[in-house]
Amino acid sequence: MSVTTKEDQTKQQLPVEELDTVTIRFAGDSGDGMQITGTQFTSTSAIIGNDISTLPDFPAEIRAPAGSLPGVSGYQLNFSSRDIHTPGDEPNVLVAMNPAALKVNLKDLEAGGILVLNTDEFTESNLKKAGYATNPLDDDSLSGYRVFKLPITSNTLKALEGSSLPFKQQERCKNFYALGLMYWLYDRPLEPTVKWVEGKFSAKPEVAEANLMALHAGYNYADTTEVFTNYYKVGKAKIRPGKYRNITGNEATAIGFITAANLTGRPLFYGSYPITPASDILHELSKHKNFGVKTFQAEDEIAAIGAAIGAAFAGDIGLTGTSGPGIALKSEAIGLAVMTELPLVIIDVQRGGPSTGLPTKTEQADLLQVMFGRNSECPAGVVAPATPADCFRMAIEAVRLATKYMTPVFFLSDGYLGNGSEPWAIPSMEDLPEMKVSFRTEVEGFFPYLRDEQTLARPWAIPGTPGLEHRIGGIEKQHITGNVSYDPDNHDLMVRLRAEKVERMKQDIPDLEVFGKPEGRVLLLGWGSTYGSITTAAEQLQNRGVSVSSAHLRYLNPFPKNTEAVLRSFDHVIIPELNLGQLAMLIRAKYLIDAASFTMVKGKPFKVSELIRKVEEYL
Amino acid sequence: MMRDESFIAGIKEDMSTNGEKTNGANGQTPVKLTRKDFQTDQEVRWCPGCGDYSILAQVQKVMPELGVPKENIVFISGIGCSSRFPYYMNTYGFHTIHGRAPAFATGVKLANPDLQVWVITGDGDALSIGGNHFIHALRRNIDLKIILFNNRIYGLTKGQYSPTSELGKKNKSAPMGTIDYPINPLSMAFAAEATFVGRSMDIDPKHLSMMVERLAAHKGSGFLEVYQNCNIFNDGAFKSFNEREVRDEKMIYLEHGKPLLFGKERDKGIYINKVKPEIVTVGENGITIDDILVHDENTLEPNLSYILGRMQYPEYPVPMGVFRAVQKPTYEQMLHGQVSKAISTSGAGDISKLINAGETWEIN
Repeated sequence: MSVTTKEDQTKQQLPVEELDTVTIRFAGDSGDGMQITGTQFTSTSAIIGNDISTLPDFPAEIRAPAGSLPGVSGYQLNFSSRDIHTPGDEPNVLVAMNPAALKVNLKDLEAGGILVLNTDEFTESNLKKAGYATNPLDDDSLSGYRVFKLPITSNTLKALEGSSLPFKQQERCKNFYALGLMYWLYDRPLEPTVKWVEGKFSAKPEVAEANLMALHAGYNYADTTEVFTNYYKVGKAKIRPGKYRNITGNEATAIGFITAANLTGRPLFYGSYPITPASDILHELSKHKNFGVKTFQAEDEIAAIGAAIGAAFAGDIGLTGTSGPGIALKSEAIGLAVMTELPLVIIDVQRGGPSTGLPTKTEQADLLQVMFGRNSECPAGVVAPATPADCFRMAIEAVRLATKYMTPVFFLSDGYLGNGSEPWAIPSMEDLPEMKVSFRTEVEGFFPYLRDEQTLARPWAIPGTPGLEHRIGGIEKQHITGNVSYDPDNHDLMVRLRAEKVERMKQDIPDLEVFGKPEGRVLLLGWGSTYGSITTAAEQLQNRGVSVSSAHLRYLNPFPKNTEAVLRSFDHVIIPELNLGQLAMLIRAKYLIDAASFTMVKGKPFKVSELIRKVEEYL
Repeated sequence: MMRDESFIAGIKEDMSTNGEKTNGANGQTPVKLTRKDFQTDQEVRWCPGCGDYSILAQVQKVMPELGVPKENIVFISGIGCSSRFPYYMNTYGFHTIHGRAPAFATGVKLANPDLQVWVITGDGDALSIGGNHFIHALRRNIDLKIILFNNRIYGLTKGQYSPTSELGKKNKSAPMGTIDYPINPLSMAFAAEATFVGRSMDIDPKHLSMMVERLAAHKGSGFLEVYQNCNIFNDGAFKSFNEREVRDEKMIYLEHGKPLLFGKERDKGIYINKVKPEIVTVGENGITIDDILVHDENTLEPNLSYILGRMQYPEYPVPMGVFRAVQKPTYEQMLHGQVSKAISTSGAGDISKLINAGETWEIN
């Protein structure tokens, strides 16, 4: 199937507008395929050279009743000819496949924005389910927008006349019709999606054909009916030369850990229990057994971490992954890994809480949990990726620190990072750190808790090594020998040694970087997935000549050595977080710096405009 | 990056062996180990007279006979009196957290299937706080050797009732008697379809050492319940049937392929009437030896074993021995089989290919 040349001829007669950034949100029923529409638009935009950033937003229910408000699923993407860091504050375009999708999303659409509506779904019953008293297509409630009322479902069915697919399945092709419309409007090629559909449905050629017919029908409809009186172009972004691919945070996490294990020379063991939004890491890792990756879907969260610790004891790279509620269940076992000083990485893809909370929405409120949420003095390293692609690098860092210092390290991601995507500059193999691990084999002078002078790490002596038979466990260990000890002074010493060991990671982590001038009026200090909004806010303010810089902590325990010096170089430190001020509490406690906390806990990332307004209070 | 051949070779080598390497497999001359080689320098801290001493002695006695080098043996435990066991075994050992030992042991065995992995647990550890892990380790048929020390009481926390305490037992946390119905550990093991299920007791060292050897030899999830006396908090819990003087009449030793006979004269036997066991006497009421149930450990369906496992004192003689020993592919064999298959179908993992996969584009 190919796109006819007639389209280009028609398009040439229409005015074209060059834009540097566009934010589109596709919204529909959770069964409408909006995530596929969004990811296809994203991949195509990335391939033609735009910078992109995405925010999928789907309900916790798998299929809430069709047409209902809780069943609305959305996918927002920002594509640009500039280097961008966020999925955009307000969509410029909203594609709403039914009244519920309109109702849920209209409040976010910018004034005067483009609204594409599937009129076929604005039936009396759907309007009632969405809580509309009158049909918004007929009243003037949408007069503030550029509304395009299109019969997307019936046009799709018309295009598929004669298809052998059952009616229901034909109807489901309407997301590709909508995608075709948007490809025309933003001047995107169809080929990447054609290729994807052909690959995805290679076993079901009739489904592939129907989807492609819908895609072309949408494109051609826009082209021939002149429903849109102009179209847009978004040029290539100037980004660092190199080879790129689009990647979600959870994918980057999975392949980051596979790479990390490979760099250590040991197989990866992943123990996990399914939980949103971390399960995709389990799915991805289980596909890569040819790397020697062992995935173990345990009976519960505790067994998942128990097995990972057992595997670490026996010499694998032990990894477990979950979200906040799972961390709560794993706490006692984390304490055991701290006590037995085994390398272990714990992934926490944070979600809204407490308890079950908002399973599919993002939040950054587990920082204090991973820092302190265990009995007694129980320190662990904490790293936090800043962007979806950064998950790859920080996964390697987590393994490097855990194996070098022989202690658990948390990898603190969140739902927004995990499900969000961006272009990833694929690293060259030479850029990856040297981190091969070695086990103790020398019998002479072996003591299970005799420490390396520089790192305080104890030797990793794995079962199967002749002459090094020894016992470890959760009871306090005697310094050096590792025998059970209830001696008060020994306990005091061991508590301090375990804390000191984590503190010494400082010597092995990069300094905190400042974006903008190294000193000035305001520093925006962030961690985790707020990177995009904070950096964009700082850039926009700097462009206005305002004295604002930003810094982003990717190492949260310990903090980089220069953290205090950076903070003290600014009159004001503002810490925006998607919690009630957890990093701010740590910074204030540790450095006695009067940092201001700016917080929001709505299950969504910050808008750039919200951050700018906050900074303006300090100027 | 160049393919990391040594890494890949390591994985392939893991594939080629499954099951513990025998003594000397590490390139050394086989050395005959003795019981002493398995003792540690740590002072044993169980109460004097505790049944745990006997179990420790039998395990230490059996170990040298197994032909497994001690560096390839790992003892893993949870929390409780019994769980101090690994500290006294001069092998690799891991004293973990309450109830979770099977989970840690699973990780050890999956990381290195060459290791012989033992789990030492108690009635509270395995059946109460760790009930979930116990069931799932057994149903996965992972090659773990689980010994449950059942003393029907919480000892380390000083005398509360356990999930195997009899209904009505008076103790520190139930001064008016327990109102918890006890659970039968064997029933749980059969329900989870453990491939090896046995029972022994601390005061019959010969039988105990035989059972430990059988457990060691089994490939797959193995479970051995050991009746163990807590002389401080539940002294004499089993004495009404397991003391030497009454044992012949009140216990029955299971032997594969032999009729289930007991009694001083070995004239009493178990006859299955529909699905209910009955005690009969050979030579009375027309009963002949052919009416007596013949024990078969190898039946895949656990139904008959379940019936035997439910026989309790005082209604029935208490069975001792191997209830069930069947072979099924183990979890670690299947997991490592999938890894080998993935390598043979997709080629050994190449990081450069992995990170460059999917749709990529160049920015110049």
